[in-house]
Amino acid sequence: MALLETKNLGISFGGLRAVNAFDISVEKGQLYGLIGPNGAGKTTIFNLLTGVYTPDEGAILLDGVNLTGKKTIDICKAGIARTFQNIRLFGDMPVLDNVKVGLHNHYPYSTFEGILRLPRYHKVEKEMNARAMELLEVFGLEEYADYQAENLPYGQQRKLEIARAMATNPKLLLLDEPAAGMNPNETRELMETIRFVRDRFEMTILLIEHDMKLVAGICEKLTVLNFGEVLAQGETQEVLNNPDVITAYLGS
Amino acid sequence: MSFVAHLINGISLGSVYALIALGYTMVYGIAKMLNFAHGDVIMIGGYVVFVTASGLGINPLAAIIVSMAACTVLGVTIERVAYRPLRGASPLAVLITAIGVSYLLQNVALLVFGSDTKAFSNVVTLPNLELFGGQLIIKSVTIVTVIVSIIIMVGLTFFVRKTKIGRAMTAVSEDQGAAQLMGINVNGTIAVTFAIGSSLAAVAGVLLCSAYPSLTPYTGSMPGIKAFVAAVFGGIGSIPGAFIGGILLGVIENLSKAYISSQLADAIVFSILIIVLLVKPTGLLGRKVLEKV
Amino acid sequence: MDMEIKGNKAKLSKTTMNDLVTYEMVILTYIVVQILVSTGHVSSLIQGLLVPFCTYVIVAVALNLTVGILGELSLGHAGFMCVGAFASAVFSLAFKDALPGGLRFFLALLIGAAAAALVGFLVGIPVLRLRGDYLAIVTLAFGEIIKNIINVLYLGVDSKGVHFSMKDALSLHLEEDGVMLIKGAQGVTGTPNDSNFTVGVILILVTLFIVLNFIHSRTGRAVMSIRDNRIAAESVGINVTKYKLIAFTVSASLAGVAGVLYAHNLSTLNALPKNFGYNMSIMILVFVVLGGIGNIRGSIIAAVLLTLLPEVLRGLSDYRMLIYSIVLIVMMIFNWSPNAIFFRKRLKQKFLPGRKAAKEEA
Repeated sequence: MALLETKNLGISFGGLRAVNAFDISVEKGQLYGLIGPNGAGKTTIFNLLTGVYTPDEGAILLDGVNLTGKKTIDICKAGIARTFQNIRLFGDMPVLDNVKVGLHNHYPYSTFEGILRLPRYHKVEKEMNARAMELLEVFGLEEYADYQAENLPYGQQRKLEIARAMATNPKLLLLDEPAAGMNPNETRELMETIRFVRDRFEMTILLIEHDMKLVAGICEKLTVLNFGEVLAQGETQEVLNNPDVITAYLGS
Repeated sequence: MSFVAHLINGISLGSVYALIALGYTMVYGIAKMLNFAHGDVIMIGGYVVFVTASGLGINPLAAIIVSMAACTVLGVTIERVAYRPLRGASPLAVLITAIGVSYLLQNVALLVFGSDTKAFSNVVTLPNLELFGGQLIIKSVTIVTVIVSIIIMVGLTFFVRKTKIGRAMTAVSEDQGAAQLMGINVNGTIAVTFAIGSSLAAVAGVLLCSAYPSLTPYTGSMPGIKAFVAAVFGGIGSIPGAFIGGILLGVIENLSKAYISSQLADAIVFSILIIVLLVKPTGLLGRKVLEKV
Repeated sequence: MDMEIKGNKAKLSKTTMNDLVTYEMVILTYIVVQILVSTGHVSSLIQGLLVPFCTYVIVAVALNLTVGILGELSLGHAGFMCVGAFASAVFSLAFKDALPGGLRFFLALLIGAAAAALVGFLVGIPVLRLRGDYLAIVTLAFGEIIKNIINVLYLGVDSKGVHFSMKDALSLHLEEDGVMLIKGAQGVTGTPNDSNFTVGVILILVTLFIVLNFIHSRTGRAVMSIRDNRIAAESVGINVTKYKLIAFTVSASLAGVAGVLYAHNLSTLNALPKNFGYNMSIMILVFVVLGGIGNIRGSIIAAVLLTLLPEVLRGLSDYRMLIYSIVLIVMMIFNWSPNAIFFRKRLKQKFLPGRKAAKEEA
């Protein structure tokens, strides 16, 4: 059974059909790419998957559980985590705390215990710090732990966003244009990080990307979106050689 | 008949709120700041008329024009000295500065005019309107207030929609950066907005003091807050919204005073504001702004 | 592995150190003031202001929790103070002879804090859905409503129980043995004078303990994440409504504590525009903004200095509030204007090049 499955997903804004009859099936452990020209509806699909928008029709299934119409935080708890096209960090907070917010629901103690600093506060905080540092290390960010998140270099901010998403312990990771604004070196490094995350955590990753090199380099399967509809779907090389896709990207 | 009288008084008070609210809403819409000192500009406008008309014996109409000119200069000066240096700073910093300006104006008035209440003589000397054989008397100042505020509201709407400066204001309110790139003088446009808002404040001050003839350095404070509530009520940034919000506020306040409790009138006004905002978080005519994810 | 644990410890102790400095500052100030008072160096005028200082400090710290940590603008904190003040004053008056002073004040504190927390919670449910300036104006409205209602409230107690009315004293129909607790606009009279400077400083320390520990806890991080980016906070599973409400309620209840302190320092308690109106809320906001948004120590310093300023300027009589307002405007422009910030940076570079380099290295 596929980890993520959507059936006939659709949403309109006013008269505009932003996404129509969207079907996708992502297997566990897959690195799956979602591509398409600007305005094709890619980010809208992410927003539908994470409950930012409620679909007008269709269903979203994660591991067989129906998530359609659920709220963002419940979807997060069910196991979908994401990053954002325009980076959304907790800018005034330290890098370490950004990850600790991601760990929030897995390391509970009450507000009361926190204010009085009861034993559980010390115990859980210690565990949280250790876990957060572990994640920062995975992304090579440990030396920045004390930095304010907004003072990080751009590439590191993207990585921190992924680290924060991973902290929620997801089953599925959604990456929205992770390479946007990066130079070729940073992109190459990012590709390795993504592959590493997949291998180390046996993570399933769905990513939106414009950088064809990155997509061709790491994605096993692709879905191409155009004007809110699926234009092509299948193995990466197959899809990239599809004449319809070439037309959509380069014009006829 | 007394209900009609209360209603008319409410509309009259509401028209004053509407005039003040127009100033609030324009400045908020364009400069994106709460000009807390706006109410105190009204008070200054009142004092200028008091000094020129009652003190120097100038014709009331001329006194109003002097007052409008004085308030315009005052408004533009405040903007230039206190607010413009903070363009681009946190909105909270601008808000606190505006509060500082409000204190400043109150204390200047206190020093110059003293804390005693000045009896303001009505500048509207037309005869009152008597209806139903004298059963219902509508004061001339009421009629003038309502008419003036309607004219100003319509005029402003026209000005913003049709003139070049008005369209520049709309552009600046949408996106300051983009407006600047399109060659609009953002600072100049904001200064014009302050000039208009402040000259309206002078008119509001005169009408307020004519209807409620007592003038102290704190006269503008509460009407200023109420007018701000009216602007939010109608949907802040919207000119017709400010007008409707002002009228409604005045009517609700006067009817509550007459029929429920004069002490609780403010509480009732504020409760209705809260209910409106909960049902329609951007006010009656406000636009909804969606955050892009 | 060793390295990173060390790094963590260093960081933890850095924030802890920072908090300790704040506590120390309060305690040291207390000791110095006590010495000055006992050696007769403090005028009776300033001595009378010591408890109000503590009140303002507490409510400023409380408001900073809402403005700086939660990131929402409240103009209604004087209203929460008002609720705490009246709830506790009524309690203390009713049990004036029944309970010993210390226990009575402690219970009054709990009651004042709980009443303000309850009102904060109830106000917060609808209000926190709004954003920015709308939230500010609605909190202002709530503050005014609270003040208005208390001004028409009559409350009395007799052998038959508690009576209340919103009309006048007579409609309470009190028995002969009845006692009036709240007399409408005349407020509460005869509250036992349980506050003093020492109690005030203890309450400041308690408030600091609650607020600073709150900020550095899991809950505080959740609240700050909402402030920094609501959408991202939701995406990692933070319950936005819940944490906003928690922060707002804690903030309101601490404002209530300030109200308790205030009420037990006066023999007559009235809800006037001056003490519980929007002007008071604004004054508290001025403390918070000038002290630095989110900077707890700054709020304390600003609250004390700005309350002291008009008193220091008292010799200038009529000009003092004028000077106060000019100082306020100039300080805001100096602190916040983008040009002024740039100018200060340039000055630093010019005159303190060594220090800047050292800072960058660190």
